[in-house]
Amino acid sequence: MRWKWLVPTLYIVFLMLPIYWLINMSFKTTNEILAGFSPFPQKFTIESYVEILTNPVWYWGYINSMIYVVLNTVISVAVALPAAYAFSRYRFLGDKHLFFWLLTNRMAPPAVFALPFLQLYSSVGLFDTHIAVALAHCLFNIPLAVWILEGFMSGVPKEIDETAYIDGYSFPRFFVKIFMPLIASGIGVTAFFCFMFSWVEMLLAKTLTSVAAKPIAAVMTRTASTSGYELGLLAAAGVLTIIPGAIVIYFVRNYIAKGFALGRV
Amino acid sequence: MLELREVSKRVGDAVHIRDVSIRLEPGTLNVLLGPTLAGKTTLMRLMAGLDRPTSGTVWADGVDVTGLAVQKRDVAMVYQQFINYPALTVYENIASPMRIARRPKAEIDETVARVAALLKLEPFLDRLPLQLSGGQQQRTALARALAKNARLVLLDEPLANLDYKLREELRAELPKIFSQSGAIFVYATAEPEEALLLGGHTATLHEGSLTQFGPTVDVYRRPNTLLTARTFSDPPLNWARVRKVGGVFHTHLPDEPPEGEADVPVPPAYAGLADGAYVIGLRPHHLALSPTGADDVAVDGYVQAIEITGSETYVHLDCLNTDCIMLTHGVHELPLGSTVTVHFSLSRLMVFDAEDVAVAPQAEDVAVAPDAGKGAD
Repeated sequence: MRWKWLVPTLYIVFLMLPIYWLINMSFKTTNEILAGFSPFPQKFTIESYVEILTNPVWYWGYINSMIYVVLNTVISVAVALPAAYAFSRYRFLGDKHLFFWLLTNRMAPPAVFALPFLQLYSSVGLFDTHIAVALAHCLFNIPLAVWILEGFMSGVPKEIDETAYIDGYSFPRFFVKIFMPLIASGIGVTAFFCFMFSWVEMLLAKTLTSVAAKPIAAVMTRTASTSGYELGLLAAAGVLTIIPGAIVIYFVRNYIAKGFALGRV
Repeated sequence: MLELREVSKRVGDAVHIRDVSIRLEPGTLNVLLGPTLAGKTTLMRLMAGLDRPTSGTVWADGVDVTGLAVQKRDVAMVYQQFINYPALTVYENIASPMRIARRPKAEIDETVARVAALLKLEPFLDRLPLQLSGGQQQRTALARALAKNARLVLLDEPLANLDYKLREELRAELPKIFSQSGAIFVYATAEPEEALLLGGHTATLHEGSLTQFGPTVDVYRRPNTLLTARTFSDPPLNWARVRKVGGVFHTHLPDEPPEGEADVPVPPAYAGLADGAYVIGLRPHHLALSPTGADDVAVDGYVQAIEITGSETYVHLDCLNTDCIMLTHGVHELPLGSTVTVHFSLSRLMVFDAEDVAVAPQAEDVAVAPDAGKGAD
C-alpha cells in the first residue's frame, strides 16, 4: 500500500487543473495566452485585476449580482421557513402532493420561464431591477429551501414545540427563540444552496436585465464581444466569480455533511 | 380541580378515547395505568389542551377550558423522551416558563436555585442539556415543570427511558418533591408496580376507556372488572372461564371429560352464588409450590417454561385448563413437562360474572383479609 496516495492525488490534480489554468491565465497578458502553451505566466501581470476593480462597468456587474443574490437568499429562506414548518408539523389535505409539486418546479429548465417572466416584469415595470431577478430565482430556490429545511425541522421532536407552548411561548416567540437555533445549521445550508444557485444562474439574470441591474455574467460576455477576445481579463473575472462561493462554502462545510445525511441536499 | 366530562377523541374512524369522565382533586397524585396504546398519552394531551376532544368538555376549577389555547392554561408537562430546549443552558431551561410569565429576576433566581437543589442540578446550571446524562436531562425537564408552579402537572411515563437505578431513585423522590406544591399530578405509566409504589389514586385505562378510578390500593385489591384486574397485574393475571355447579368451579368445558383435579372449590364467601358461568382470577404471586395456609387449594400444573431472574422464578404452567404464571421467590429449577402441585389460598380467588364484572363476596371480612394482595411483590 505504498502507493495508496497516488489515486487521490491524481484525482485532485485533474480536478484542480481547470481552476489552476484559469488562475494561470488571469495573470497572463492576452497576447501570451494566444501565443502558445505555458504552464505558468512568463510575464506576470495583475493588469486584468486592476482593470476589473477600477472600471465601474466591471465591478458594478459584481455588485449587481451580489445584490440580487443576497435579496433572493433572504426572500427564499424567509418564505421557506414557515412553509417548511407547516409541511413538517401539520397534516392537511394534499400536503404530500403539494410538497412533491414544489420539487417539480426545479425540474423545468429556466429557459421555459424566461419569456413569461420577461413579458410579465416588463408590463409591471420591474424589468432591469435587482428585485426582478431575485424574484425570478425564487421559483427554483424556494422549493429547494422548503425541501432542505423540512428535513432539518422534522429532525426536531414535536414535543419541543409542545413543551414551549405549555411553558407559555407564543408561536412567533417559540419559532425565533427556541426553534430557529435548533435548525441553525439547516438554515445555513439552505442559504448556501440558494446563494449558489442564484449566483451561477445566468439565463434569467441576463434576460431580465439590461443596464441598471446587469449581472457579472452578462458583463463578461459583452466585454468579450466588443473588445476582441480579452482572454486575460475574462480569466480574472472568472477567478473573482469563484471567490464568493468559496468563501460561503467554507462557512457551511460542516453542516452540508449533515444535510447529506438527512438526504436533503 | 380538573374534571373531564364524557370526553371522547376520534381520529378518522379510530376511537382513541371513549367517553372518559374523571374528576381530579388538588394536591393529589393520580396514576394513569394502562398498556401501550391504551390512550394514556392521548388523555394527557386532552388534559393539557394540546389536543381538543371530539366531544365532551374539560373543566378546570369550575371553568370550561375545552377550547382554551394551551398557553393560557395553567399546565406543566414532562414527556417520556428527554425534552429540553437544546440551545438554552440548564438554568435558562428551568427559568424559561417564568421568563415568559415576566417574573422579577430575583424571584427567578431564587426559584431556579431552590428547584435545582431539589433535583440535584446545581453543578450543571451553566451547561447545555445535551452535555448531560439522560437522568440529568430528565431532571432538567422535571425542574422546569416544577418551577412553573402550575396547578396541573402531567408526567407522561417520565422514567421509562431511564436506566433501572436512576428510575428507582427518581421514583422515590418524585412524590416527595411534588407533594408540597398542592397541584394536581397526573402520572402515566404502563407498569402496575410503579402505580403501587407511587400510591395516590389510580385510573386504569383499556383501549381508550376508563375502566376504574379510585385509591390505588383499592383498585388493586378490588378491581371492578376482569379488565381492570388484568391491566393492574404484572406478570399477567391468571384467569379462567369456569362453570359453577354446586360448590365447585369447573375449569373444563361442558363437552370435555371432567378432570377433577383442575376444579376449584367455591370460596365460602361466594357460596350463595347461582350456578352458571363465571371467571376466576389469581395473581401470579399468589400461586405457590408449598401449602399456603388453612384455606389452601392444591391443583396440578404442568411446567412449560421457566424464567429465573435471580431472586425470583417465573414458572409458566398449564394449570386450571389454561396458561398460568407462577411467581415464586428463590431459584426453582423444575424440569420442563413435569407435573407440580400448585397451591393457593382460596381467599385470594377473584370471582367475576359472565360479563367480566367483579362479584362482591357476601361476607365482606373474608375477601378483605388484612393482607389480601399485599403490596406489589
